[in-house]
Amino acid sequence: MILQQLVNGLTLGAVYTLIALSFSLVMGILGILNLAIAELFMIGGYIGFTVIIAQLPLPLAILAGMCGAALIAIIIEKVGYQPLRNTPVITPMLSTLGFSIILQNVATNVWGSDPLQLPDQFLGHRFEFGPISIGAMQLLVLGSTVFLVALLAFVVQRTSIGRALRAIAENRDVARLLGVPADRLMLIAFILSGLLAGAAGVLVGLHYAAITPYVGVETGLKAIAVMVIGGTTRIWGALVAGPLIGIAEVMTVAYGGSQIRDFVVYGLMILILLLRPQGILGGARTDQGPRV
Amino acid sequence: MNEPMPEPLLQLVNVTRTFGGIRALNDVSCDIPKGRVVGIIGPNGAGKTTIFNVITGAYQASSGQVYFEGRPITALLPYQIARTGIARTFQNIRLFAGMTVWEHLLVAQPHTDATWRRLLPTRWADPAAREKAEKALVTFGLEKVRDRIAQSLPYGIQRKVEMARALTAGPKLLLLDEPVAGMNHDEAHELRLLLIELCKEGLTILLIEHDMTFVMNLCHYLYVLDFGQMIAKGDPASVRTNPAVLDAYLGEEG
Amino acid sequence: MSTYYAGLLADTGILLLGALSVYIILATGQLSLGNAGFMGIGAYATSYLTVEMGVPLTPALLIAAFGAGIMGIIIGFPALRLKGIYLAMATLGFGEMVRSFLLNFETMGGSGGFSGMQHISVTYIWLWAGGVLLLIMLLEQSRLWLEMRAVHDDETAASLVGLNTTATKIGAFGFGAAVAAISGGLFAHHHVYIEPANFGFDRSIEFVLAVILGGSTVAPGAVIGSGLLVMLPEMLRFISDWRLAAFGALLILVLLTRRQGILDRNLFRLFSLRKQPS
Repeated sequence: MILQQLVNGLTLGAVYTLIALSFSLVMGILGILNLAIAELFMIGGYIGFTVIIAQLPLPLAILAGMCGAALIAIIIEKVGYQPLRNTPVITPMLSTLGFSIILQNVATNVWGSDPLQLPDQFLGHRFEFGPISIGAMQLLVLGSTVFLVALLAFVVQRTSIGRALRAIAENRDVARLLGVPADRLMLIAFILSGLLAGAAGVLVGLHYAAITPYVGVETGLKAIAVMVIGGTTRIWGALVAGPLIGIAEVMTVAYGGSQIRDFVVYGLMILILLLRPQGILGGARTDQGPRV
Repeated sequence: MNEPMPEPLLQLVNVTRTFGGIRALNDVSCDIPKGRVVGIIGPNGAGKTTIFNVITGAYQASSGQVYFEGRPITALLPYQIARTGIARTFQNIRLFAGMTVWEHLLVAQPHTDATWRRLLPTRWADPAAREKAEKALVTFGLEKVRDRIAQSLPYGIQRKVEMARALTAGPKLLLLDEPVAGMNHDEAHELRLLLIELCKEGLTILLIEHDMTFVMNLCHYLYVLDFGQMIAKGDPASVRTNPAVLDAYLGEEG
Repeated sequence: MSTYYAGLLADTGILLLGALSVYIILATGQLSLGNAGFMGIGAYATSYLTVEMGVPLTPALLIAAFGAGIMGIIIGFPALRLKGIYLAMATLGFGEMVRSFLLNFETMGGSGGFSGMQHISVTYIWLWAGGVLLLIMLLEQSRLWLEMRAVHDDETAASLVGLNTTATKIGAFGFGAAVAAISGGLFAHHHVYIEPANFGFDRSIEFVLAVILGGSTVAPGAVIGSGLLVMLPEMLRFISDWRLAAFGALLILVLLTRRQGILDRNLFRLFSLRKQPS
């Protein structure tokens, strides 16, 4: 039974990891909390669903969700972040809040506030491994997450874009002096975060076979907690924290009741903020430190 | 110097401050006599600003003690240290972004009065504070700009506001961090005259400066810092010719 | 006055108090995204006192406000260690924790909600809202408020002129929490039914929106903001489905063009009866 919960927790955790990475990219490189990511996640899910309901192949759905979210992320960057990038960090954060409000309203109007559901037997097959049963959908979520994270890791560690991103994360002004096109890279950070959030949206929608306009607030906000717990200064903290929180949440629901799960997750976040603000994976307790 | 040194107002005794593995201040001791102008000089990165930060409580000394008027202030919080009568200005002016010149002077008034006066509208509840703020406006020639947002004013006036803010509460010790940086010759002269005047009235001044002319013409006493250590001290004439000091400045524009 | 307009006015008054609670805390440079949590505490505490213990409303509100104030001060301490975004995130977490707690608080209905409160008039609500507003406007003329603004502008410089920034920031949290609690108590006795969902992130955001839009540097800005948030959707019925999006767009617009919000100090001085300041 516990093993089963672990598997379920890992799946939820994988989703959290993706969204948390999304938050973390923007937070680490731009220093702001992009509250709109929660809704990018939601919209990505809806776009993916629309593609699936139109009988188009699954990979296309995921791609569509990713691209749709990325496109909106570009708009947010251009309109809401660029003009405000030199203002105190609260201002662009509130701006992204404005966008998240708009996005949620749009979703409610376009798709309605009732859950949008997938046709029934969609990837309903389950595999049995002794005491554990894993759904094909869960495997898809886990597999996609691993793939996307690996891809992100490659981009960040091996490509020149990734190097530039890390340079900006470390010190924006110095990076500028060294000729790094900071503005373009900030846009790229937004795009990457949009891609990840969109993917997560489609995957989570597939997993639960339904989506509502409120998944952003329900799941997305908790991803902030995951980011904080993993360490906002190290984006790979999300890799550790995601599964951790996913499992913790599933366990809480299984043994404590679903009502207190939010309490536990946010409680952990606040604890970390107070006791170890650099998160689980964060390094030395300095304000300046490599963030990516 | 022939006359005996007055009582030390401020004393640093074996103060060390480490950051990680670096000793920004290494076993530094100095006495700042009352009613004098003392300068701290040294190459960049010597630890001069760190001394200021330790005195004002922004940093805690890793070891050693700081005494003000004979009492230890090492463990006090910054605002408590400020209230004992130590004021400070910054290298890059730190004014309150949204406040007018008048508001700067008003907010810097001492907390001597009953708390309730601070809760009520200043207009009629706190005439004493208003009076002192008015006086400061006049002393520094800021009446004309009293209702302007301080940060929107020319650099020279901003410096005046910062100085006025620091002095209006009547501190006993004033810490000046590179006060003439960016000033022209006339402005520096004006400042020098002001500081001499304040010193005559009983203010003790401790300053960090790179401008040697300014320092030599103003300070009664100098301390020289290099790599966090006190390498020389004395009156300007003797420090100027001290071989250790010249050594420290070699390879660095004085 | 028709019940319809009375309802709108009541909601405006309740929202005004919530907005003011954010405003007070924001004045010291701290952004709180969790004040709905304090509102919820106030709502449930006041309701418990009046319904279960028969305490008259006004003392009940005061007791609840005091209790919330204490909680705000307690929250204020760890909040000191966090800056800017991290503080905002922590307050977000706090708000969610309160909501989650209330969902499990079976004594007062849990997710099923709580009712039994006496209905109150719009006049009563505005006695409180107006009273608190006037109190804050009076406070804005004091040295204490000047100190809060100093802490907001530059905490280090503020401590160097002898200001106890710790006490100021914590005190602001306490005061803000108390005001939010009153908002909650009044909400509970106006709608006579409360449930945890009333006090979630959406509500906290509503408070923040009212302040940012209406004016984040003067207390009357919160009046403009609350009025806007309550009245505008009514006046623009034709876009009622899109009113949230409209507010989101308005927020972005304000942040891009006039960050201090609609009403600021200069504008307020223009409209106030008083002569020039000082």
